[in-house]
Amino acid sequence: MTGQSARYPRQGEQGFRRVANDPIHQFQIQRIIPLEVGGLDLSFTNSSLFMAATLAVTTGFLVLATSGRGLVPSRLQSIAEMAYEFIASMLRDAAGTQGLRFFPLVFSLFMFILVSNLLGMVPYFFTVASHLIVTAALALLVFATVLIVGFARHGLGFLKLFVPSGVPGVLLPLVMAIEVISFLTRPVSHSVRLFANMLAGHITLKVFAGFIVSLSSLGAVGIAGAILPLAMTIGLTALEFLVAFLQAYVFAMLTCMYLNDALHPGGH
Amino acid sequence: MASENTSTTHTEGTDAAASGAATHATGTDATHATGGDAMAPATGDLHTSTGTADHGGGHGGTFPPFDSSNYPSQLVWLAITFGLFYYLMAKVVLPRIAQTLEQRHDRIANDLAEAEKLKGETDAAIASYEQALAEARQKAGDIARTTRDRVQKSIDSERAAAEDGLASKMADAEKHIANVKASALGEVDEIASETAQTLIGMLGGGKATKAELTKALSEVRG
Repeated sequence: MTGQSARYPRQGEQGFRRVANDPIHQFQIQRIIPLEVGGLDLSFTNSSLFMAATLAVTTGFLVLATSGRGLVPSRLQSIAEMAYEFIASMLRDAAGTQGLRFFPLVFSLFMFILVSNLLGMVPYFFTVASHLIVTAALALLVFATVLIVGFARHGLGFLKLFVPSGVPGVLLPLVMAIEVISFLTRPVSHSVRLFANMLAGHITLKVFAGFIVSLSSLGAVGIAGAILPLAMTIGLTALEFLVAFLQAYVFAMLTCMYLNDALHPGGH
Repeated sequence: MASENTSTTHTEGTDAAASGAATHATGTDATHATGGDAMAPATGDLHTSTGTADHGGGHGGTFPPFDSSNYPSQLVWLAITFGLFYYLMAKVVLPRIAQTLEQRHDRIANDLAEAEKLKGETDAAIASYEQALAEARQKAGDIARTTRDRVQKSIDSERAAAEDGLASKMADAEKHIANVKASALGEVDEIASETAQTLIGMLGGGKATKAELTKALSEVRG
C-alpha cells in the first residue's frame, strides 16, 4: 500500500478526489448490485450496466427497425439493412462466401463494440471497451474461433498457415518462427488496439475539458483563455465519434481477416 | 486509513523485503507505524489483497482498467450480455433482415422478368403492326395498279372502237365520193355528146349518130 502510494502519488491528494478534473475517474468500476458467487466478485457494476444498455439499445433498435419487413424499407429499416450489407460485404470480401457462416459473430462484434463506444460518448456514461479485460475477452473469442475452425476444417493442414509458399529453404525456419509469433500475438494487438484507442481518447477529452473548468475559475482572463481548450474539446469530440466507429470497424475487419486464415490457411 | 494501518503493521512481520518498504512508510507517516503495533504478525498475506480491494472500490492508486479484482464481474457480465446479443442477432434480427432482402431481391427479379416479358410482347405487337402496315401498303399499291390497268384497258378499247368507227365512216365517205365522182364523170360524157350533137346540128352537119359521137369523144379524150 505504501509502495503503491509512492508509485501513484495522486492517492492522498485531495485535488484528485474531485471528480470533475480527474481523467481516470470515468474508468472507475462502481458496484451497483453487489453479488458474490463462490468467492468471486460478480457484482452488477456500471460496466455491466452499460453492457446491458448496449444489448438493450441495439437489440431494441434492430428488432423495431426490422419489424415492418417492408418491401420498401422505412428509414430505420434501411439503417438496419445498411449495417447488414456493410458487414456482409466486408466479410465476403475478406473471407469469401464461406466466411458468411460467421456473419452473426462478426455482425454482433461490430454492433456491440460500435454501440457501446457510441454510448460511451455520452457524458457520465461508461465506456465498456475502455477496459482491457473486455476487449481481450472479445479478441480471445475470435482467436479461439479461428483456432477451432482452423483445426476442425483442415486438421494439421491448418499449420500451413505458418509456412508461406515461395520462401527459400534456408529462411524457412526463421520465417515460420516469425509467422508463429505474429499469429500468437494477434489477440494482444487485436484487443489492445481497441482498448487503448478508447482509453486514450476519453482521457484526452477529459483532460481538455478539465482545462476549460480550471481556466474559467480564474476569472475573466481565464474564461477568455478557456476558449482554446473548448475548441479543442469540440474537435476531439468529433474525432472520438470517428474513432468509436473506426475502431469497431477495425476490430470487425481484423476478425474477418483472421477468419479467412481459418478457412483458407494456405491462401497467403 | 485502516488499510494504511494494516500495511504499516506489516513492518513488524518477519518478511524482510516488506519491512524495507515499511520503514519508508514510517518515515513519512510515523504515527501509523506506532499505532499499528497491536495487531502485528498475522496480516502479512493480506497486504496486497486488502490493498487492491480498497483501491478498486474507492478511488485509489490502481489504474482501473488494470484492477484485476473487477475482472470476474466484467467477464461474466460480458459473457451474459454478449452471448444474449449474439443469440438475438443470430436467431431474430439477422434472419429477418436476410428474409426481407431476399424477398426484395426476388421481387425485383420477378418484376424485371415481367418487364422483360412485357417488352417482348410490345416488340411482337410492334412487329405485327409493321407487318400489317406493309401488307396494307402493298395491297393499296396493288389496288391502285389494277385499277390503273383496268381504266387504261377500257380507255384503250374505247379508243380502238372509236378509231374503228371513224375508219369505217371514212371508207364509206370515200366510196360515196368515188361514186359521186364516177357518176359525175359519166354525166360529163353524156353532156359532151349532147353538146357536140347540138353543135353539129347547128353547124349543119346533119345528124351525127350516137356511135360516131362516142367514137369521137373517146378519140378526144385519148
